[in-house]
Amino acid sequence: MGPGVLVFTIIVLLSFVLGIYYSFTQWNGVNKDAVWIGIQNYVKIFSGDKQAATSAIFTAKFTIASVIIANFLAFFLALALTLPLRTAKVMRTIIFLPNVIGGIILGFVWRFIFTNSIPTIGDLTGIGFFQLPWLGSPATGFWGSVMVFVWQRTGYLMMIYVAAIVSINGSLLEAAYMDGASAFQVLRKIILPLTAPAITICIFLALSWTTKMFDVIFALTGGGPFGSTETFAMNIYYQAFQYNNYGLGSAKAIVFFIVVGAISTAQVLITKRWEVEA
Amino acid sequence: MSARGYFPRLLFVELGVLIVALVFLSPFYFVVANSLKPFGQIIKNAASLPQSLDFQNYLKAWNTVNFPRVFLNSVLVTGFSITGMVLLGAMAAWRMVRRPHKASGFIFIVFVAAMVIPFQSVMIPMVKVAKIFHLLNSIPGVVIIYFGFGMPLTVFLLHGFVKGIPRELEESAYIDGCTTFQSFFRIVLPLMRTVVVTVVILQTLWIWNDFLLPLLVLFSENLRTIPLGIFSFFGQYLNQWDSALATLIMGMVPIIAFFLVLQNYIIKGITAGSVKA
Repeated sequence: MGPGVLVFTIIVLLSFVLGIYYSFTQWNGVNKDAVWIGIQNYVKIFSGDKQAATSAIFTAKFTIASVIIANFLAFFLALALTLPLRTAKVMRTIIFLPNVIGGIILGFVWRFIFTNSIPTIGDLTGIGFFQLPWLGSPATGFWGSVMVFVWQRTGYLMMIYVAAIVSINGSLLEAAYMDGASAFQVLRKIILPLTAPAITICIFLALSWTTKMFDVIFALTGGGPFGSTETFAMNIYYQAFQYNNYGLGSAKAIVFFIVVGAISTAQVLITKRWEVEA
Repeated sequence: MSARGYFPRLLFVELGVLIVALVFLSPFYFVVANSLKPFGQIIKNAASLPQSLDFQNYLKAWNTVNFPRVFLNSVLVTGFSITGMVLLGAMAAWRMVRRPHKASGFIFIVFVAAMVIPFQSVMIPMVKVAKIFHLLNSIPGVVIIYFGFGMPLTVFLLHGFVKGIPRELEESAYIDGCTTFQSFFRIVLPLMRTVVVTVVILQTLWIWNDFLLPLLVLFSENLRTIPLGIFSFFGQYLNQWDSALATLIMGMVPIIAFFLVLQNYIIKGITAGSVKA
């Protein structure tokens, strides 16, 4: 076994196996021994843990809204920015820029904007959208989180769509227009089928970012108000490292692994089938 | 589309995109403009331009966060993690392709499967494992932990590339008297250059910006990376927006500079990397 495989085995695989064991125990992380309690942790997750349910529902809604909005926006921006615009390159750079910055920084940036700049704009303009209590209610916390995610990640998805659209043979499009196809027909019959693999990739990436979302929302809302914007990943973190329930936290981590794994596998299978049909 | 795109139509699209880009840029405006104001002015009007350029906030932020220290820590952690990851990953990928063992195929599948394990699914026991192996609260420790987590993607990307290198190249090197070691470093590794750039870029963006992993394994103040430094600043000075905004700007400047300088490589790297992943 080479050193790379060895380190991976110890850090990732050993942890993973150990995590399965801890998920059947009660352990505060400090005591030497974890106490075996069978499936009690799992029972608790699915029956008595209100905050876990809230987090799971928030993560699901956040995932659905963010994946759809970010991909639509990214795709249309990519369509626009593959036209011969004078500013195309600068615009791509600007829209991509948030991706290189850390989630913690972005979360704090937007916390400031939501709690200070947007209210100021609301006072000055009187526009209702800016006068909402941003991050102060479950609904504005939710849509605020979605907005920040879309702002952060659209550029990344857009770049993948741009690469896919650019690689379409230009003469194919020209021939279609010569034959009298409308822009919409070209989009539907040529661009969409030929960018199908990129759509699969982008949905996969967006799913993997949103289901595992931690740092941006951790800094943006800290899960508030009243735990309404707590992601499942944050719930695992708090369970283990704030409440010192390492056993219950580990059980949540395993459930999380199974759900995230199932979602990404299902998505790849479904969109692959669609790619063939499209 | 270009065949038909006559000018007014393109101008319309151009304006639309310009508006989107301004919206995308606006957060930077708010943060930069307010970071130059005294606290009272931020509270009064958090949308206006500053009345004068006041770098007082930056001075305070620089000292409170101990910026040179956190910056150096981020450079060390990212630099060593990635160098090691690429070397170990390239060796592992090369061995799997060139000296396949019965277990090689299995190990590769495990690597690929591990890419779907969310970090949060293993973080709790990982802290325990790190403690057993004395990897907690040290920069070499966190670097080794990153080797572990970075190995799957690294090996996955390099593996696909090594398969495409003709075996004859290495064989002729052996005939010329190269050792395995020499042929790896002199022939294989240089040939991998393009895919190594992809790996370096993807992993740099990850490790430089990573927050949760270092939060769990680095505790001492003098080991903090940039994200940890910023986080603890906010823990202490919640809503002290004057210096907090300056901290955020300082935190993002290095990686933005990195991006602007290497923009073309980065865009190519992420599109190449995502196509394979």
